Amino acid sequence: MKPPFKGAVDCDLHLPSPPTTALLPYLPAYWRDQLETRFIHKMGFQLTSYPPGSPLTCREDWRPNKGERPLDQLRRQALDPFGVEIAVCSLLHGAIALFNEDMAAALCSAVNDFVAHEWLDPEPRLRGSILITGQNPDHAVAEIERLAHDRRFVQVILPVMGDMLPGKRQMWPIHRACEKHGLGLALHAGGTYRFPTTASGWPSFQVEDYVANSAAFENAIVSLISEGVFSECPDLRVICLESGFGWLPTLIWRLNKEWRGIRQEVPWITRPPGDILRERFRFTLQPVEVPTAALIERTLEHIGSDELLLFSTDYPHAHFEGEEALPDGISEALIRKIARDNPLASYPRLARTLQPVTAEQRS
Amino acid sequence: MSKSRFVVARTSDVAPGTSLRVNAGGRDIALFNIAGAFFALGDRCPHESGSLCAGKIVGFAEADEPGKYRLVRDGEFVRCPWHGWEFDIRTGKSWCDPEKSRVRAYQTGVTSGSDLVEGPYVAETFKVSVEENYVVVEI
Ligand code: FES
Repeated sequence: MKPPFKGAVDCDLHLPSPPTTALLPYLPAYWRDQLETRFIHKMGFQLTSYPPGSPLTCREDWRPNKGERPLDQLRRQALDPFGVEIAVCSLLHGAIALFNEDMAAALCSAVNDFVAHEWLDPEPRLRGSILITGQNPDHAVAEIERLAHDRRFVQVILPVMGDMLPGKRQMWPIHRACEKHGLGLALHAGGTYRFPTTASGWPSFQVEDYVANSAAFENAIVSLISEGVFSECPDLRVICLESGFGWLPTLIWRLNKEWRGIRQEVPWITRPPGDILRERFRFTLQPVEVPTAALIERTLEHIGSDELLLFSTDYPHAHFEGEEALPDGISEALIRKIARDNPLASYPRLARTLQPVTAEQRS
Repeated sequence: MSKSRFVVARTSDVAPGTSLRVNAGGRDIALFNIAGAFFALGDRCPHESGSLCAGKIVGFAEADEPGKYRLVRDGEFVRCPWHGWEFDIRTGKSWCDPEKSRVRAYQTGVTSGSDLVEGPYVAETFKVSVEENYVVVEI
């Protein structure tokens, strides 16, 4: 089913990656010249996580429609049918996988400016994610500081399988900057594939990579909590995108259990880590691996909170048919939580931007 | 039911910083000596019944912020030998879940042998001699 009311907040929606030539106007002269001279502007910068031709990457009926502006297509397919009032979008660009960290930073900035001008300006329902790379936290913080004044950006986005675990102390400048500006820290499924997707090396099949994401999210969550990120940044909110949530009950159970026995190793954790998880982490709905309303309700009961789940279509990835973004039979009260109350309570910036963003908030 | 007082050990049996498993009224009790003061806890961890007497006597690790470690109240906690839960020897409360997971803490006292012979103490396993001091547990 789809949200039975208008005003839903879609917390994970993807913008199509533009041809690199479309980013050239947003690059400084030096990088424009570099990209053209080295023919890099002919490259697609597609991430391995979502091979463009793969059926999962884009639903058949949501494939780019020649002759229709991408923005019009997004409105027609993703915003209007689901009665969306706000959609938090992201443009996952391959720039984050570049080894040249200066070029990566320049391209991330270009992507962010492209999103602001070509998507957020004309479509007031969209909110943005600041694309950064984790490999150079100084660059990442500079980019956050550069864009933080634009209230339409509500989160900073990193892939969950990054160059290092996100709780590591080198990453803290990023977390501090997010907290300081009221930006969520979004972790998105997939990664730069510089390291194997499993702890025992590279798997053979895409299905393994895909399933390995749950473990990657578990690792990231345990890292952020154990390293003490939430002692340093108590208001930081982490949003897990395309993470699933069916595995949360056992993670919480095990994390609490191990902590009881070896808490003296991480003495800054002064309350059960599952409580920290419930308070600081949020999870988007699609792809929903718990397929029925009864199972979802039971899973939430095991998790011990109905405030963690955020509505998402994950447009244009292929997870459901038609407009069936919500499993049938979920109570309207729960849909209201998932599609409205939880998102507004979860992103520090979202509630304040409910009214159309004014020119003043942009500059 | 009124409490009975059991003579469980000679004070010299439990050196400071150590523990001793004793029995009083059929109950296993872990007796601790922290710098000359005696404390008695039920010798069954509330988790899965590990013997706290066999646990390491430790301090409490704390941190004002990540990476700033400090050990405080050294010798006042016991770590269950089975899965590491920590209990405050003075209160029997577990640190990780003080309300739900706690061991029974019993009143203790030290009494001289000459007082003991007058009663009303139960000296189940002891021959009390007037020259020594004894640890008494109230159950
Ligand atoms: S039995 Fe004591 S911690 Fe498990």
